[in-house]
Amino acid sequence: MWSISPDGTGERSQAPLLEVFRVSKAFGGLMALMEVSLCVWPGQIKGLIGPNGAGKTTLFNLITGMLRPTSGDIRFQGRSIVGLPPYRIATLGIARTFQNVQLFPGMTVFEHVLVGGHRHGRSGLLGAIFRTSRMRQEEAEARARAWRILERVGLAEWADRPAESLPLGLQRILEIARAMATAPRLLLLDEPGAGLNPAEKARLVRLIRSLHEEGITVLLVEHDMNLVMELADEIAVLDYGRLIAEGPPEAIRQDPRVIAAYLGEEDEVRDAARS
Amino acid sequence: MRRAGFPSNTVGFAIGLPLILAIGGLEAFRPMGLSLPALTGGLLTLDTMIRVGLFTIILVGLNLLMGYAGQVSLGQAAFYGMGAFFSAILTVRARALGIPPTLVEAWWWPWLVMLAGAFLVGLTAYGIGRPILRLRGHYLAMATLGLGIVVYILLRENLGLPHLNLTGGFDGIQGIPRLRLGGILLWPAWRYYFLVWLFAFGAIALGLRVVRSRVGRALRAIHGSEMAAESVGVEVSHYKAQVFGLSAAMAALAGSLYAHFQTTVIPATFGFGPSLELVVMSAVGGMASIWGAPFGALTVLLVQEVLRTQLHRVIPNAQGEFEAIAFGLILVLIMLFLPEGLTTGGLRWLRSRMGLRPPSG
Repeated sequence: MWSISPDGTGERSQAPLLEVFRVSKAFGGLMALMEVSLCVWPGQIKGLIGPNGAGKTTLFNLITGMLRPTSGDIRFQGRSIVGLPPYRIATLGIARTFQNVQLFPGMTVFEHVLVGGHRHGRSGLLGAIFRTSRMRQEEAEARARAWRILERVGLAEWADRPAESLPLGLQRILEIARAMATAPRLLLLDEPGAGLNPAEKARLVRLIRSLHEEGITVLLVEHDMNLVMELADEIAVLDYGRLIAEGPPEAIRQDPRVIAAYLGEEDEVRDAARS
Repeated sequence: MRRAGFPSNTVGFAIGLPLILAIGGLEAFRPMGLSLPALTGGLLTLDTMIRVGLFTIILVGLNLLMGYAGQVSLGQAAFYGMGAFFSAILTVRARALGIPPTLVEAWWWPWLVMLAGAFLVGLTAYGIGRPILRLRGHYLAMATLGLGIVVYILLRENLGLPHLNLTGGFDGIQGIPRLRLGGILLWPAWRYYFLVWLFAFGAIALGLRVVRSRVGRALRAIHGSEMAAESVGVEVSHYKAQVFGLSAAMAALAGSLYAHFQTTVIPATFGFGPSLELVVMSAVGGMASIWGAPFGALTVLLVQEVLRTQLHRVIPNAQGEFEAIAFGLILVLIMLFLPEGLTTGGLRWLRSRMGLRPPSG
């Protein structure tokens, strides 16, 4: 019942928000992704799982324009985004976090969120030099918006701290806050739970849930199977660069191909299935 | 208010402006026969203070580029030289170039040339910056170093057009006119000193405004992680080229002011050595600080002056090499104990002593 055709003519009435259509990526002779097709529908939390080296982060880098696919097409809101520079893709409404947290050393938590709101501003160098009234108004709005986001994710009390002084759990939350500040339609989270303790993970789950309730669509790469199963309403599984399964969490748990892909590496899928 | 910090900018202007005015006033009026050299034991002259002002203008731009945006330039003196020669050529050689004498003799002509020079050099740097700022780290350092050497050779070799003799080759250009403001000649030196420091404080104010703006945050973000900056919609290549252009325009402006101060320009002033010296000044003052600019310039010029005049007292037969060695040693010591430079490192020390938190942008 969850079958989705690449052109978006599944049983769903809406058009897909993101469409990855037969995308391949080769690094030299190594095929990192082979003919991968998947859709992310508006309002979804879609999980993307797979063993290490399956090509999950590569897919993220292709979607956000940091890499270019060798073949295939990626469409966002019906429009092809292949070949656009990353900053353009960001302004179209795709935001991301990074597996290895990418903060701006020396900048405070508040400033990170302000940078996140960069695309809502217009003022350039001349506006800054002459402190035009438009620039000042824009700056005040940007600060108010950033402050709301910090309160929203619970980082307000850390606002003036250098971001690198935060514990990892909060750094990951800050990356989400920075991404949220772009006001994205689609949020790509690359292993947001990696390295977090249970309390931090619980906080993360609550945050992702509440973002979802606000109507943000999420594509989530995660190693922690429990976390994915808890959050995602649909899961796609990559293995050696191929899409081997796609469907609701219950189906994925029992899918023999998925279990086989994870066998020998880790028992997380079966553990998750038992729980 | 959330922002409880050290009001360094207010303090900077509150101390800096009166101090600069006092030095100028002292030299202008020489009350009771007092003068700057007399009060400082010959260490500081008005000439040195004018140079500090000129370097401040360049260093504010260089700090925005290196300290904030994180892009190295080992060829900044090239833009300084481009500004200086642009002014020199279009004032001294203007008639030979067919520009009507009525224009050239107007008091505002050199000012127009100065502005046009800064604008054109900035634009050129933006154009060069788009491709070369894709390079990172050592590669960018090499590219800007190469750029500096190319410009130096072009100046020395008459831009490759010896029959026109535009730059004057090795000997450069002499007889550059002093600036006038309407009917007022900006000379003797104390008048020119005020002009230069007007520009220097303008540069500092400009730098502070840029740093505390959307653009400044984008530059610092690029410094931290280009990937993350781009992922939130910051057009990295554009901002890098833009700050490169801005820093070049500021260097060119300082070059024009230098040309009208010195009245003679030679290519050797704008070679690789001077580019390196600018980087040293930037590091000594503190790259990631706007106020580091005047302090870096002043410190380096003072140390050089002290070594030049005092070293032979300590080491009787000291030659030029001894100065270079001692200068190098002092730099190593500063970098060892205050790696963030005098201003950033010094302020951090002061804040920790006073139990204050650093301010946020």
